[in-house]
Amino acid sequence: MSTAIEERGMPEGAGVLTAIPEIPCTEDCLLRPGNTNCGGCGMSIGLTMLGRALAEANETAMFAIPACCGAVTAGAFPTTSYGVPTVNTTFAAAPAVASGLAAVRDMNGESGQVVVWAGDGGTYDIGMATLSAAAERNENIIYICYDNEIYGNTGGQRSSATPPGARTTTTPEGKREDKKDIIGIMAAHGVPYAATLSMAHPADFRRKLMHAFQTEGMSFLLIHSPCPTGWKSEPGDSVELVRLAVRSGLFPLYEVFEGKRWRINTEPDGADPAEYYKRQRRFKLEDLDLDTTRRVCAERFERLKKMAEVFPA
Amino acid sequence: MPVEIVTGNHAAGYTLAVAGEANRNARGATCGIYPITPQTEIVEKVAAFPFTKGRVVPVESEHSAMGVAIGGSLGGARSFTASSSNGLAYMVENIMVAGFYRLPIVMVAVNRTLGPPWNIWADQGDTLMLRDFPWIQFYCSDNQEVTDLTMLAFRLAEDHRILLPVLVSMDAFILSHTLQETDLPTQEQADRYLPDLELPHRMRHDDPKTLGGLVWPDATTTLRMESHEAMLQVPAAYEQCRTTFKDVFGRDPGAALDTFHTDDADTVLVASGTVATTAREVVKRRRAAGEKVGLVKIRMFRPFPEQALRDACASAVKVGVLDRDYAAGVGGVWWQDTRAAFQGRRDDLLIQGYLVGIGGGDVTPETVDRVLDDLGGRDAAGGPVWTDMKPEEVVA
Ligand SMILES: Cc1ncc(C[n+]2csc(CCOP(=O)(O)OP(=O)(O)O)c2C)c(N)n1
Ligand code: SF4
Repeated sequence: MSTAIEERGMPEGAGVLTAIPEIPCTEDCLLRPGNTNCGGCGMSIGLTMLGRALAEANETAMFAIPACCGAVTAGAFPTTSYGVPTVNTTFAAAPAVASGLAAVRDMNGESGQVVVWAGDGGTYDIGMATLSAAAERNENIIYICYDNEIYGNTGGQRSSATPPGARTTTTPEGKREDKKDIIGIMAAHGVPYAATLSMAHPADFRRKLMHAFQTEGMSFLLIHSPCPTGWKSEPGDSVELVRLAVRSGLFPLYEVFEGKRWRINTEPDGADPAEYYKRQRRFKLEDLDLDTTRRVCAERFERLKKMAEVFPA
Repeated sequence: MPVEIVTGNHAAGYTLAVAGEANRNARGATCGIYPITPQTEIVEKVAAFPFTKGRVVPVESEHSAMGVAIGGSLGGARSFTASSSNGLAYMVENIMVAGFYRLPIVMVAVNRTLGPPWNIWADQGDTLMLRDFPWIQFYCSDNQEVTDLTMLAFRLAEDHRILLPVLVSMDAFILSHTLQETDLPTQEQADRYLPDLELPHRMRHDDPKTLGGLVWPDATTTLRMESHEAMLQVPAAYEQCRTTFKDVFGRDPGAALDTFHTDDADTVLVASGTVATTAREVVKRRRAAGEKVGLVKIRMFRPFPEQALRDACASAVKVGVLDRDYAAGVGGVWWQDTRAAFQGRRDDLLIQGYLVGIGGGDVTPETVDRVLDDLGGRDAAGGPVWTDMKPEEVVA
């Protein structure tokens, strides 16, 4: 097993949350107890990691959240589990609302990150035009997509981020189409920073957030976000699943700077994607063409490697 | 500023910009812009304005134009946009959000026929479809009104008793593209008229709140009721904004509705926008011929000035409502609201609806004459009259 680039220097077996300094959960934590997420929800872990990174960097944030599970996370009025100013936007509008918030912040010389926290439906599907336009304008925002590869909020329908073979309520026989290459799409907009993040690689996760905090203009961060409810997996398996996705090359960890320079963060170690599929009941092994999957993963990674060699960061 | 000869679009764009600029010592101005005929010059005018503290965001759709205005407003900036027709239809989801979030956004709309089939001419069906959202709505009859009501809209919207967005509408081409003498506000006047915007619920790091998350029915009911209460305060707040307007600008932006020869009228026409101007000429002529005809021109459609309308029609036995819009299966929207205003109070009153100039057809004095002739010959109200159709073309 090759050592993950970002894991060099990290203590052996550093746990998911221990790799990021523990910030006591005070009143001003980002995600506070009482949130409504399902057990094992990757979005909870992602929010916790974002909260800690913000605290560590001494940063504040404002949230624009479109319709998605994250809109429900906060719980019902009059309580909220979000410790930062948060606005719920319409499903497609978060990048536009964030553009307005960022404009007012910038023209008043204020600090603090404006963060869009959106699901894959809001990102790959209904919000695509809004996101594309905000990227083209290079808005000074951080766009984070927690990609659970499904419409979780509405009970598990396909999105264009659902992987081939996955059964959802609207693809009962398994989805046929591949995921959109969203990082490729965002990189093609030339955004200053686009990166994939895995909660199984917390130091890398943290570093990418820190980079986004420092970035002028738009950062697009894609978190592979386990969803036990939609993936029909064990809540305790969540982190292991996204680790397997990185190891097998299903979800490579890499960064693209200004759409011009590539950097791979972790080499797949040859783990078999079958392991990943087997532990989620949304897949049926007999539906899958694993040889094709292995070949496609390898080809994609080869292409990424080429980009990183020819146009290194 | 001396009186200039400008189009309605010029008047609107310029006024939005100076109103935004007037907030430069507070949190500035934001505007999302997207073109659609016939309002495009409005957003072009705004885009060209040299704001001291303002950002005009050229977005990819009307949905996002309102999205930017929502974000900007939540950040505490004076925020506005403009649109028309299918642009408004595309924007609807965020239009209602601006209302539900009680954001004092001002939008100028140029009334254009909804399509397809494509038709860029005047028809109020686009803004009237927004009637059930918590937005104040004004309809203008000339470019001076466009300027004055756009300016007044900010002061009214930002009043802490109100905190509702305001829509200012004008007829496509008849105003948007027609040059008229217009007294435009100077920056100094705008600065005097508009206090710095202080949005009580703006998003701030020192007081984090979650806006628009999950609520139960009781909270939803409370919020709806609060916006209703704000709506009820609009007429009085409007009158105050009007008085201050007179002090600063030296002219009267007008009441919620204007009456013309209604005092002793037995027949009253109800109209809005430029149709009202045409109707006024006909009423003037018929009065000269001794007919007891009057006119109510409604400026404020939301909240609907029911009491003032009832008062204006106190002597009337017949009311004819001119609608340049059509609500499917029903008839005119203004007609529906007029009927509702008299329901149970004046059941003797004959209230007949006339669809005029649908899809931008010319509404001429002859059109209004036909309306008055029909009304005069009636002893009962019926379904909507398609005034522009030849009798043999009308489906019974
Ligand atoms: C305009 C509009 N269409 C549909 C919906 C219903 N809706 C709410 S959330 C959602 C799916 C969200 O999926 P995703 O963005 O992947 O986030 P997740 O729920 O998985 O967290 C849908 C379809 C909506 N709120 N607004
Ligand atoms: S449905 Fe999935 S994404 Fe949504 S809260 Fe549950 S686990 Fe998280």
